[in-house]
Amino acid sequence: MNKDYLFLSIMALVAFVLPLVLPGDYYVEVFLFAGINVLVALGLSLLMGYAGQISLGHAGFYGMGAYISGALTAHLGWPVLPAALIAIMTTALVAALVGWPTLRLKGHYLAMATLGLGIILYILFLQAKGITGGASGLSGICPIHLGHWYLDTPKRYYYLVWSTVVLAFLFSINLVRSRVGLALRALHYSEVAASTLGIDVARYKLKVFVFSCILAAMGGILYAHYITFISPETFGFMYSVDLLVMIVLGGMHSLWGALLGGTFFSLLPEVLHHLEDLEVVVHGFILLLILILLPGGLVGVIEKVGEKIRGGP
Amino acid sequence: MVVLEAQKVMKSFGGVKALKGVDVTVQDGTVTALIGPNGSGKTTLFNVLTGVLPMDGGRVYFLGHEIGNWPAHKRGALGMARTFQNLQIFKEMTVLENVMVGGFRHTSCGFLSSGLALPKARREMAHLKREALRLLEELDLAHYRDTIAGKLPFGLQRKVEIARALALKPRLLLLDEPAAGLTTKETITLARFIQGLRERGMTVFLVDHDMDLVMGISDWVIVLNFGKKIYEGTPLAVKRERSVIKAYLGEKRA
Repeated sequence: MNKDYLFLSIMALVAFVLPLVLPGDYYVEVFLFAGINVLVALGLSLLMGYAGQISLGHAGFYGMGAYISGALTAHLGWPVLPAALIAIMTTALVAALVGWPTLRLKGHYLAMATLGLGIILYILFLQAKGITGGASGLSGICPIHLGHWYLDTPKRYYYLVWSTVVLAFLFSINLVRSRVGLALRALHYSEVAASTLGIDVARYKLKVFVFSCILAAMGGILYAHYITFISPETFGFMYSVDLLVMIVLGGMHSLWGALLGGTFFSLLPEVLHHLEDLEVVVHGFILLLILILLPGGLVGVIEKVGEKIRGGP
Repeated sequence: MVVLEAQKVMKSFGGVKALKGVDVTVQDGTVTALIGPNGSGKTTLFNVLTGVLPMDGGRVYFLGHEIGNWPAHKRGALGMARTFQNLQIFKEMTVLENVMVGGFRHTSCGFLSSGLALPKARREMAHLKREALRLLEELDLAHYRDTIAGKLPFGLQRKVEIARALALKPRLLLLDEPAAGLTTKETITLARFIQGLRERGMTVFLVDHDMDLVMGISDWVIVLNFGKKIYEGTPLAVKRERSVIKAYLGEKRA
């Protein structure tokens, strides 16, 4: 079996067992939020690692998913499923509109465009009070349920989140190992050569960007329908930066970097919070150390250990 | 039959006129060579013909389509393949993967069917792999299939690039200085290989400085100087033509 599918099975197994061994609902919830981060980071990792493009506005797409799906259920009383679908489609459309002109250009124009869009969306979340509730937030978001069976405990919701993560990884691994993945990696190393081989470089970049934004929107939807109350600061520029940190931390050259980076980044505050005032300093210091000492990220360390074991006597 | 025809192709870089209305015809099943001194516009012409650079004026026909304004990927998809003078290998990918990308135009699965690993997507990948392995075998590269392409020595990287272009199953193969940086022995092997391609009906258009290579394998030679075509003819005629000797070969004797 291929190594990626092996890792995927291990991840699915660990994710399944984890809530059964964790000491309480609090920790289940921590891992639930980690799963949402991993999902969004996965999309960004595909974009950065495979199309060589950076988005500085993923928090905005995350927010679009959360607000559109949330508002449709809270204000109009829509069921969650159609609300979520509309949220995903709208986010994909906005992503396509931003990506289409910018990804035709060489260079990091997407980073600039998404930076701007992220800020615009944040202002919208804050100012469109009739829809988003403004600074005081949007409440009354419908939780996810099947008939009378509500996914309202951390454990139940945890399984929904991590099932989504596993499926998203499965899809992404398939994608990376397909002709689409070949094309994406090729254009990453030489756009000129890729295009002369018949690969429509701009179109492929656009598609991976839209897919990346769809995963962000799905993360936002999962977040909104669990918390049932959202406010703008969750979706500000800082979250876009956090996502970049997760990916660099985990290792940019592999999809598994998103899993390790996303989880590590989400758990770190839980380990450090008893440090109280020092927390922020230590948090920053640890991230700094990892970035300086481990340029390949956490995945790089695992790969090196793996090579040692295989190469050893 | 004419595979490629370019009429009055023009290209300027700022104030420098790199191509001043060049006409080129490549006949089916031939090896056509483009020669000329450094800076005569050979690589620029290749870049314009393959859509890597937009042209400023003129017309280009490929297999009956007017492709002058087409983006590079559409020309590739129609069956135009090329190699690069300064190698454009996918450095961090394996040799096998590099060649598999070459077969891209023979596959069609999109994001959804690829992500869902539908049977068609898997069949296409198996097909790409089979074709690539066949080519690697043919070019004596099978031994390096899992090597990261960027780590190979220069001569082998050049070979990988040719294999990648052949994976496209091109109707026209453009080779930009395929002998540059090769040893004499490697150049002889290359010449034999190109002749072998022609015997199998491949149409080749190549640029090179190596006169022995060009004269030995070409059916038709086009001479460029200062962005203009100064002569074209059989290798023998080109060797005798005084304007060519003056512009190009003459440099050596001076």
